[in-house]
Amino acid sequence: MATSKTTTSKMTAPVMTDLKGQTLVTLQTLKEKNPASLATYEKLGGYQQLKRLVTDKVKAIEVINEVKVSGLRGRGGAGFPTGLKWSFMPRYFDGTKYLVCNTDEGEPGTFKDRDIIRYNPHQLIEGMAIAAYTLGAGVGYNYIHGEIWREYEIFEEALAEARAAGYIGKNLFGTNFSFELYAVHGYGAYICGEETALIESIEGKKGQPRFKPPFPASYGVFGKPTNVNNTESYTSIPWILQYGGQAFADLGVAGSGGSKLFSVSGHVEKPGNYEVNMGMPFAELLEMAGGIWKGRKLKAVIPGGPSTAVMPAEAILGATMDYNGLSKAGSSLGAGSMIVMDETTCMVKTLKRLSYFFYEESCGQCTPCREGTGWVYRVIKRITDGNGKMEDLDLLTDVSNNISGRTICALGDAAATPVLSFIKHFRPEFEYYIQHGKSMVDGK
Amino acid sequence: MLSVEAIEKIEYELTKYPIDQRQAAVMSALRIVQTERGWLSQESISEVAAYLGIPDIAALEVATFYNMYDTEPVGKYKITVCTNISCMLRDSDSIVHHLQEKLGIGFNEITADGQFCLKEGECMGACGGAPLMSVNNATMHENLTTDRVDEILKELK
Ligand SMILES: Cc1cc2nc3c(=O)[nH]c(=O)nc-3n(C[C@H](O)[C@H](O)[C@H](O)COP(=O)(O)O)c2cc1C
Ligand code: SF4
Ligand code: FES
Repeated sequence: MATSKTTTSKMTAPVMTDLKGQTLVTLQTLKEKNPASLATYEKLGGYQQLKRLVTDKVKAIEVINEVKVSGLRGRGGAGFPTGLKWSFMPRYFDGTKYLVCNTDEGEPGTFKDRDIIRYNPHQLIEGMAIAAYTLGAGVGYNYIHGEIWREYEIFEEALAEARAAGYIGKNLFGTNFSFELYAVHGYGAYICGEETALIESIEGKKGQPRFKPPFPASYGVFGKPTNVNNTESYTSIPWILQYGGQAFADLGVAGSGGSKLFSVSGHVEKPGNYEVNMGMPFAELLEMAGGIWKGRKLKAVIPGGPSTAVMPAEAILGATMDYNGLSKAGSSLGAGSMIVMDETTCMVKTLKRLSYFFYEESCGQCTPCREGTGWVYRVIKRITDGNGKMEDLDLLTDVSNNISGRTICALGDAAATPVLSFIKHFRPEFEYYIQHGKSMVDGK
Repeated sequence: MLSVEAIEKIEYELTKYPIDQRQAAVMSALRIVQTERGWLSQESISEVAAYLGIPDIAALEVATFYNMYDTEPVGKYKITVCTNISCMLRDSDSIVHHLQEKLGIGFNEITADGQFCLKEGECMGACGGAPLMSVNNATMHENLTTDRVDEILKELK
């Protein structure tokens, strides 16, 4: 297996939303010529916050308070307040505490962290170094999704640059603060996005989630206290300290501070990443993405990745893109992975593909998840094979309800959500498929 | 025996972990050996385990758990096409059909000349560039059309 020598094809670059009145936070280097370089980041004030905190010996509690004021909530999908999470790390611990960055994005429709690494790796490094200083962590790992090899190399290069410049390593800025940061490469397992599976994977094991409690803050990497955050969460930190937590909060709306990267994929004219202020009306974001492709009509949107409920056009068209806005409209923000479907989309076939994914990626530890995801997939396949029965719809609902809430990790709930929401909103399409043995939408 | 180059790379990976945590490097060690040899035979897996001083089974479990390790031969070029939702919506099916027709193989098969193998992949975290495929776990080709696929195949030959 030789490494292929061909150049990569045309890549989809993130859109410069600052030209449309938005504030670039995690992708602020996009405005510059060589966005990923250390010089570019330094020009924008990069690593100055780290230097200030470390040399002025700013107290951890002050940093944590600033993060709390910012209203930053975890960008990995669960939306847990970052400042609060940081306050759970034990202050005193005899030994090494760890910091982990979760760049394992494998939730279908999610591709934002890849662009952070491609276009702004140093802000992530500084964010992690600041977190390490605040939480007293001596070693950090950035766990990068297996399929994005080039980004892993880019991050390794950025680490080397930062190390040479004295931003990571021993005795930073001549103080006794040291922080070593390393890149770790996954190798194809969606479940490793779950933080305890990811920790197992860092330790060189199968990615099977751990029972919680204990939580990583007390028992994480190598059994040591560990803080896990998403790439976009860490990358927001230097900006928050440079401009103030309040400035970050003010970008967004109540309950959702800041800007957010939305990965827009599927049936839009211009798929890609869009960094916009929280609270933007969905319709505006859709317009930025060029609207529905081929002049077609919007049918449905999965707003935050398949673990969030699908929304019919009517529900999403009036919604705003923030935590409260989407939950009021019947779904949730998740990781901000907007999968857009036009009127030609067959919801039965789409659900079949998603069910296959969850079945494939279940780690197999819990019976309801292992058996339930396989069962769901087989029933939906039976429907698309033309052998469905009306009772199958209730069966799918029952099986899914029985996975939900009965498992070690949230993959079980994630697998149930699409089944329940697709059937709830598009039941007639499922009934038609069962009655006619073919799709109501494409007739095939 | 592991090559000098492989050992050098594995040693670099080991610097990332505490000295008493050699198992942590098993993921990268397997990747390094697979990239060099094309796939992971039982023997290769055992060599990695021996080098790290961990039981064979610990390395084997990792090699079989993660999708990107190949414990069967995959030919010179392994082409993995993502067929998950965002790619499906942008017609990854047409890319799959085109590849299957051009190469005359289905998923998990190898062409008679041992050049190509085709795999169905899960989301690669690059859905903005759908439809897409990756070659040998390393090179991502995005925004594919059937013409672009033909070009890539020609470049690889
Ligand atoms: C099945 C599953 C997959 C997940 N995948 C990711 C992921 O790819 N990236 C991520 O940051 N968090 C993912 N998470 C959430 C993490 O467990 C964790 O909550 C997150 O990394 C914490 O960071 P945050 O608080 O900054 O969001 C996943 C969770 C589950 C249950
Ligand atoms: S819920 Fe599923 S993926 Fe999560 S631990 Fe249980 S079996 Fe594994
Ligand atoms: S769905 Fe194909 S790369 Fe994400």
